[in-house]
Amino acid sequence: MQTFTQRLANPTQFMELSGRVLPWLAGAAAAVLAVGLYWSFFVAPPDYQQGETVRIMFVHVPSAWLAMAGYTVIAISAFGLLVFRHPLADVSAKAAAPIGAAFTFLALVTGSLWGRPTWGTYWVWDARLTSVLILFFLYLGLIALRSSIEDETLAAKLTAVLALVGIVMLPVIKFSVEFGKTLHQKASVLRLGGSTMDPSLLHPLLVMALGFTLLFAALHVKAMRNEILRRRVKALQMAEVERAQAGRLAAAE
Amino acid sequence: MSPFLTLVARDLRLAVRQGGALGTALGFYMLVVTLLPLGLGADLNLLSRIAAGVLWIALLLSALLSLPRVFASDYEDGSLDILATGALPLELVAAAKALAHWISTSIPLALLAPVLGILLNLELDAYPMLVATMLVGTPAVSFLGAVGAALTLRSHRGGLLIALLVLPFYVPTLIFGIASISAFQGPGGVTSPFLILTAISLASVVLGPIAAAAALRLQMQ
Amino acid sequence: MDLGPHAAFIWTAYGVVALVLAGLIAWLVLDGREQERRLKDFAARGVKRRSQGEPRS
Repeated sequence: MQTFTQRLANPTQFMELSGRVLPWLAGAAAAVLAVGLYWSFFVAPPDYQQGETVRIMFVHVPSAWLAMAGYTVIAISAFGLLVFRHPLADVSAKAAAPIGAAFTFLALVTGSLWGRPTWGTYWVWDARLTSVLILFFLYLGLIALRSSIEDETLAAKLTAVLALVGIVMLPVIKFSVEFGKTLHQKASVLRLGGSTMDPSLLHPLLVMALGFTLLFAALHVKAMRNEILRRRVKALQMAEVERAQAGRLAAAE
Repeated sequence: MSPFLTLVARDLRLAVRQGGALGTALGFYMLVVTLLPLGLGADLNLLSRIAAGVLWIALLLSALLSLPRVFASDYEDGSLDILATGALPLELVAAAKALAHWISTSIPLALLAPVLGILLNLELDAYPMLVATMLVGTPAVSFLGAVGAALTLRSHRGGLLIALLVLPFYVPTLIFGIASISAFQGPGGVTSPFLILTAISLASVVLGPIAAAAALRLQMQ
Repeated sequence: MDLGPHAAFIWTAYGVVALVLAGLIAWLVLDGREQERRLKDFAARGVKRRSQGEPRS
C-alpha cells in the first residue's frame, strides 16, 4: 500500500498521474485566466491616479509573484534532492528554471511598460523592480551553471547547492535594495485608489494571480513530463551504444 | 601551529610566490578606475559624487579575477583530495583558503582604493570610511566568492560563470558599504548600515565555508 | 474600447505576455512530441532499458 508521495516519487507513476491531472490543470488555468482578463478589461474601473494603465498591474503583479514562487519551487526541490534524495527533485528543479525565468522576464517588461506612463521613464531603480532584476540573474546563474557541467548528476547537485545559497541570499538582497531605496527617496509612492488597494482592483488582481498560478503549475508539470521522457531517451541511447559495443566485442572474438 | 593556520600560511606563501595574480588584480583595479573618467568625462564634481561607488564596484570586479584559483590549483594537482581526508574538516579547509584570499587579494585592493580615490576626486572626509567599509565588507567578497569558486571548479568558462553567480550576492555588501560612506558624510546614523555590513560579512564567514565545502565534496566524488 | 492616452503601453504589455506564454507552451508541446517520437523510434527498433527485460532480436 503506497502513500501518495511514494507513488509520486516513482517516475512511471508520476507520468501516469500527471497525465491524467494535466488536462484539468490546463483547462482550469485557461478558464480562470479568461474570467480574469474579462474582469481586468471590462469591469475594473480605471484608477483615479493612473487611469487605464493600472490594467498593466493585472499582469505585472502576478508575474512578479510567480517569479518569486518559481524560485521557491526550485529551492524546495533542491532541498528535496540534497536532504531527501527524492528521485524527482532534480526533474522538478530543472523544469522550473526556464519557466520561472520567463515569468521574471515578463515582470520586468510589464513593469517597465507600466513605469513609462506612470513615472516617466522605462526603468526606475525602485526596490521591487531592482529585486526582480537580480532575481532574473539568479535564474540565469542556475541555468548557466547546469549547462556548464556535463555530468548530469553532478550538475543536479551543484545547481541545488546554488539554489539554496540563492534562497538564503534573496531576502538579504531584497532588504538591502529596499534600504538603498530609502536613501534616494525621490519616486512618488504608488497609491492605487487609496492607501490600501480598492476591492474593485484587488479582486481582479487575485483572479489573475490564481490564473497565473494554475498556468505555472500546468507548465511545470508538462516540463517535468518532458524531462522524464528526455532522460528515458538518454538511457535508451546509452543502452543502444552498450549493446553495439558488446556486439562488436563478441564479433571480434 | 594549528592545522588551520598552517594551511592559511601555506596558501599565503603560494600566493606570494605566484605574485602574478595579485599584480593582475591590482592592475585591473587601476585600469577600470582610469577608464571611468575617460568614459564619463573629467568633470571633477561628477567624479567626486560617484567616486565611492566606482571604487567599490571596481574592487568587486577585481576580486573576481583571482577567485577561480582559490581551489583550482589544489584540485588540479590532487592536493585537495589530500586536504579533504586530512585532520581539518573540509569546511575549515574552505575557510582557510577564503581567508588567504582575503589577506592576499582583498586587503591589498582595499588599501589601493584610497590612492585611486585621488584620481576620482574623492572627498577627503570619505577616505577613512571608504577604507573601513572595504576592510569590513571584503570578507563577504572572499567568502561568498569561495562558494562560487567551489561551484564552478569543473565548469567550462568557469571564470565568467563565477562572475554571473557571485555578483548578485555582492549586492548587499555593496549597498551597505556605500550607505555607510554616504551616512558618514551626511546626516543620519552611520552605525546602522555599518553594523549591517559587518553582520553580512560575519554571516558569510560562517555560512560560506559550509556551502563551499558541500560543493567541493560533490566535485571530488 | 478606449484605453486612454497610454493605450499602446497597455496593449504592448499584454501582447508581450501573450507572446512569451504562447512561446513557452509551444516549446513544451513540441519538445514533448519530439521526446515521444524518439521513444517510439527506440521501441520500434527493439531497444529497451534494462528494467524492461531483454530486447527481442
